[in-house]
Amino acid sequence: MIEQINIKKSEKIDKDKIPVIKQKKINEFIYFALRNTKLKVGLAVVLFFLLITFIGPLFTDYRWNAYIGPISQPPSAEYWLGTTTFGQDVYTQFVLGLRASFIVGVIGGGIATLIGIIIGFTAGYRGGMVDEGLNILTNIILVIPTFALLLIIAAYLKVRGIMTESIFIGFTAWPWAARAVRAQTFSLRSRDFVDLARLSGVKPLKIIFTEIAPNMMSYLLMTFILQFGGAILIAATLDFIGLGPTNTISLGLMMNYAVLWGALQFGVWWWFVPPGFAIMAIVGSLYIMNVGLDEVFNPKLREM
Amino acid sequence: MRRYFGRKIAVYISTFFLAVTINWAIPRFMPGNPVMNILSRVAVRAEAAEAMYGYYTRAFGLDVPIWRQYINFWIALFHGDLGTSVLMFPQKVSTIIMRAVPYSIAILVPAILLSFYAGNKFGAFAARTKWLDNTVLPLGYLLTATPYMWLGILLAWSLGIVAGIFPIASAYGFNLAPSFSWIFIASLLKHWFLPFASLFIVMFGGWAIGMRNMIIYELEADYSHYLEALGAPRKLVRRYAFRNAILPQITGLALQLGVIVAGALVTEVVFSYPGLGYWILQAIQNQDYFLIQGCFLFIIIGVLIANFIIDIVYVVIDPRTRVGMVGGSA
Repeated sequence: MIEQINIKKSEKIDKDKIPVIKQKKINEFIYFALRNTKLKVGLAVVLFFLLITFIGPLFTDYRWNAYIGPISQPPSAEYWLGTTTFGQDVYTQFVLGLRASFIVGVIGGGIATLIGIIIGFTAGYRGGMVDEGLNILTNIILVIPTFALLLIIAAYLKVRGIMTESIFIGFTAWPWAARAVRAQTFSLRSRDFVDLARLSGVKPLKIIFTEIAPNMMSYLLMTFILQFGGAILIAATLDFIGLGPTNTISLGLMMNYAVLWGALQFGVWWWFVPPGFAIMAIVGSLYIMNVGLDEVFNPKLREM
Repeated sequence: MRRYFGRKIAVYISTFFLAVTINWAIPRFMPGNPVMNILSRVAVRAEAAEAMYGYYTRAFGLDVPIWRQYINFWIALFHGDLGTSVLMFPQKVSTIIMRAVPYSIAILVPAILLSFYAGNKFGAFAARTKWLDNTVLPLGYLLTATPYMWLGILLAWSLGIVAGIFPIASAYGFNLAPSFSWIFIASLLKHWFLPFASLFIVMFGGWAIGMRNMIIYELEADYSHYLEALGAPRKLVRRYAFRNAILPQITGLALQLGVIVAGALVTEVVFSYPGLGYWILQAIQNQDYFLIQGCFLFIIIGVLIANFIIDIVYVVIDPRTRVGMVGGSA
């Protein structure tokens, strides 16, 4: 639901013609960024959780699957987030799971953005048959329910790690990014400064990187942020259905274990509330950050 | 019109073709032998293992050349033969899926339609209303960011276990047999409500946010300013904006189908609701590969059909596409 807004937006901008960023505009962006509450709050929440992933593991001596104490203990000074129905430390699982989520977000979202950019640039800049071919490919991957695809791939993998999961997510999540980047490249391609570069004999690859890409940096950044959040959600869903990493813990797996091992029936809410809450907070903040960035980059949306 | 649908159908057919090919290829080209994978889970005596190996090799059709396997796979598919379930042994995969699909549809379709309607209405209402925008906007973003299963778990725990209002497992009471009686239907509805509600709430947030953002773009458009300058009432301007903004929302619905279906699958897992998601979890836990593959194929077909329906709806409600297409073909 967030994605299509971006596609629509790219169509809109297509019509309006993208304003070309000049150097002094950067200062203006920073000025508005520092005054944008949405951006600041979103960034603060994401950084807060990022901080937990770095310093959180320092406060635990346990392994995530070690049986360390009495079962089903509520949160206390001893066990900060309580223990599971097996007597595992929920806090340990939580901080490690959080790390897994960030890794999936960065790698999966990064790969998806990268593929989207490459395909979008190629299709938009080359046009013609290349565009047509890539368009069909994009549309096919777009209609395939990627979750079902991941399901069947993961089901046949005996050993699954965070990395494999991220890579698979990255390779299936790129289509809408490709479509949006293509639309923008297409509109920039026929602008005077690009024509000028082409006439001066600049190579296509260089034109893309020095003339076209800088004009949509803000857009690419926002694409990455959305892909980041999307990858975290997909990974959590996949983990929850039992196809998560086999060698470590993740937030989705925590919820999976909690449901499978009676956390609901025994009222062990401290096992399933934190992981879902963290995902909601991180992904939600990313989305809100995205709105903030949009307002910073697009003068029309700034609060009057 | 023909060109438009021709293109769409070409994409759907290629997608289906690709999906079936993936479905065929993954067990065969993944590292490790699928038959050995299955057998390594069930420890049996040597001679029994040999018999089972023979059975599964034939079941996968691994004993003929690879191109022949591919053709056989398609032939079996068109006969509706998706293999035999390991988990529910003598039963066919297609039987299990057919039994599960009505439950999945029963929570998916109402949740999608109602949330789409309510979310869009609400989003259009909230846009550019200062206090609503500032309170509802972050809430809506948090809702879209909520993992479906988490909301399901929270509802099951709070309303199901703590408050004890709703049952949290199965599709109807354990002591009831399916029949056309009030007691049974009431039980069915009671079991249906929570899975439906958790899907509805998450999607509602998404549509509301999407519509709110879309309508702000429309209100900035020249035609809106022009209407305002003419002194048109706010309500009228909104109505025009809404009709323009709903179109990308419908495209968005098509794009989101995969995510929504995934959400429904995990919601079913939370509530042990006997739809496809429940069976997928069972299949994964029991290494029932035929069942997983059958579900995969079925989800793809369902999503493709839904996409096609959305294409038709789009043409019906957007007169421009209709006029444009007729003009193009004339």
